[in-house]
Amino acid sequence: MSDLPLIQADRAVPPPAATTSTGGRRRRLRLLSRTDRVVITLMVLVPLLLVTAFVWLPALATVVLSGTDWDGIGPLNEIDFVGARNYSDVVNIYPPFVPAIQHNLLWLAVLFVVATPFGMFLAVLLDKELRGSRFYQTALYLPVVLSLALIGFVWQLLYSRDQGLINAVFGSNVDWYGDSSVNIWAVMIASSWRHVGYIMLLYLAGLKGVDPSLREAAAVDGASESRTFFRVVFPVMRPINIIVLVVTVIESLRAFDLVWVVNKGRNGLELISALVTQNVVGEASRIGFGSALATIMLVVSLVFITIYLATVMRENRE
Amino acid sequence: MSRPRSQAEYLARLVPPSVAGINRRSLLAGAAGTGALLGTGLLAGCGDDSGSGGSSKDVSLGSNQSDPKPKDVLAKVADGFKTSSGVQVAVNTVDHNTFQENINNYLQGKPDDVFTWFAGYRMRFFAQKGLASDISDVWGKISGYSDAFKKASTGDDGKQYFVPASYYPWAVFYRKSVWQQHGYQVPTTLDQFTALGAQMKKDGLTPIAFADKDGWPAMGTFDILNLRINGYQFHVDLMAGKEAWTSDKVKKVFDTWAGLLPLHQPDSLGRTWQEAAQSLQQKKSGMYLLGLFVGQQFSNDEQNDLDFFTFPEIDPSIGAKALDAPIDGYMMARKPKNEDNARKLMEYFGGKAAGDITVKSDPTTLVANTGADVSGYTALQKKAAELVGSATEIAQFLDRDTRPDFASTVMIPAIQQFIKNPKDIDGLTSSIENQKKSIFTD
Repeated sequence: MSDLPLIQADRAVPPPAATTSTGGRRRRLRLLSRTDRVVITLMVLVPLLLVTAFVWLPALATVVLSGTDWDGIGPLNEIDFVGARNYSDVVNIYPPFVPAIQHNLLWLAVLFVVATPFGMFLAVLLDKELRGSRFYQTALYLPVVLSLALIGFVWQLLYSRDQGLINAVFGSNVDWYGDSSVNIWAVMIASSWRHVGYIMLLYLAGLKGVDPSLREAAAVDGASESRTFFRVVFPVMRPINIIVLVVTVIESLRAFDLVWVVNKGRNGLELISALVTQNVVGEASRIGFGSALATIMLVVSLVFITIYLATVMRENRE
Repeated sequence: MSRPRSQAEYLARLVPPSVAGINRRSLLAGAAGTGALLGTGLLAGCGDDSGSGGSSKDVSLGSNQSDPKPKDVLAKVADGFKTSSGVQVAVNTVDHNTFQENINNYLQGKPDDVFTWFAGYRMRFFAQKGLASDISDVWGKISGYSDAFKKASTGDDGKQYFVPASYYPWAVFYRKSVWQQHGYQVPTTLDQFTALGAQMKKDGLTPIAFADKDGWPAMGTFDILNLRINGYQFHVDLMAGKEAWTSDKVKKVFDTWAGLLPLHQPDSLGRTWQEAAQSLQQKKSGMYLLGLFVGQQFSNDEQNDLDFFTFPEIDPSIGAKALDAPIDGYMMARKPKNEDNARKLMEYFGGKAAGDITVKSDPTTLVANTGADVSGYTALQKKAAELVGSATEIAQFLDRDTRPDFASTVMIPAIQQFIKNPKDIDGLTSSIENQKKSIFTD
């Protein structure tokens, strides 16, 4: 969000200034007109204010509120602090918490181990420009434009125990969305259905960007198709791989809409995000307790964010 | 980073296609939800509502009646009010569940002048928090309510905050034609009830239709078993957090339920009540414990084929005279824009005319005002009104008789856990008790 104006500001700088390395700062400032400086200041300040007001302050407030038992009603000065009680309750007496953590990890694992490689595989196939590949490409990409919530509704038509297509066609009696040992997998299929298309598109773009001479060189050297892919093409796509990695992690942490549509994230479909919503949004309004859950989620997200930033920064330094 | 926002917005977007378009109010509520989710909750107060009328000619009504039939009934009642008073009612309909989920932010923001709500703890809670207006003066002008209804409309401070409009008893419903065909008799004891269930199984029927995907329908089963085994007062105390969930009394309720579970439709956690009701309608199930609204899943010709009995007696010393019969009605916001019109509207809602319109339009609910002309009642409605009239005590349903945070975050998962694994009652009840202790602290 705040990157965009900065990039634009950079572009506004005349090329000589940008490339000068010694004493650049002073000269650069002098090269900027008054208007430029006002514009740059605004472009930094406005997003900074927005990010502070809508991201940092609420995040901080969540952490603070996680130490209270506020029910969301009444003035802020009536809030009682209860210390770490919410956290100890979450861990000790809140049954959905442990399954939620497990499901979040499972979600990440499935997207990462199954859906992502499958999307890559499809991309490689489609990259062969087979007959009708445009058609397949469109068909596979179609789910990506749908929201996950809508996907939940669509798959409900297939999964419903009494009236769903799957049970009707196969004469089975499986309670796809209700049986807690099955539903997480059923939902995962629906989620992967979308994720695969997304990954496919990213890799397709990546594959198109690979210099054909590399493949030719590999072919001249007598490398097999798969060897060429894993030893030559895949390493060249490093930037795409990082994007895919990040997208997959984000998708798995964002997982919410689907389970919420199915059964509000209960009975086998617990996810941290759904638990936060159950407690905070709605009549229940256990703001304090929900904030504790949200803070835990924040910490989990921070782990991934840190890893990502560390990787990206190392890249930049290189 | 943008996740909480999309969640709250998503809630607002849950309004199904049946409710045409997303109105501004639900988006506002969603925005307020964002605030709450991000932990500030302050945005609720910032939502500026400039559109919905400030003129003296109209009054706004926030409605959770999003199903087609009740929505239609409410529109007719609003028309009736316009005819009698000349005041236009702007009805803002929001999907039932969304309305409930956003109620806190809704009431703290800029709510409609009058809004649909429920009697019981949920009403008293908002009255006590100062989020609703005292309407004792309206009660001075309306008549036709029994003491039980007035009591159900009274807050902890002894003032009235609620006007009852309709109610519906929970009972065991069945199709007369199916029962005649097999020669079943209405059971009056638990043994007869189980024997009947076993017979139905032999006859190739699912004895008891059952669904709990949405989390609340199974609460009705818990309630009725608790009322039959431990009586009304225990129900009230248990819901108020005064009784221990680990007591033998509660365990006996779950034990009895565990014994009945094999008679229930399997795989209930993936089924909505509508789907379960359809299995009754399609004559695949023999009976269904649900509210009178089960009739919504039956066509008009089939209404006469629908009958019910109250859940049979379990303990002779307690009998079978108590039941769940939740009351729906209206409350007035704390600071209505158009207070005069809002009070007029409340009075109209509590009056005979509104009752008459409801009777004519909806065969699946009962009108709270005894002054209303009930000659249009179907046989089923008459019988339901009789049942409630003869009840010694009327409960409001688990999620209306206790704290909402306890009902939705503890009881729904707990009951679903029980349905999945009916064996571990000790573990289940102690888990509920632990969470209850943490929630019922203030």
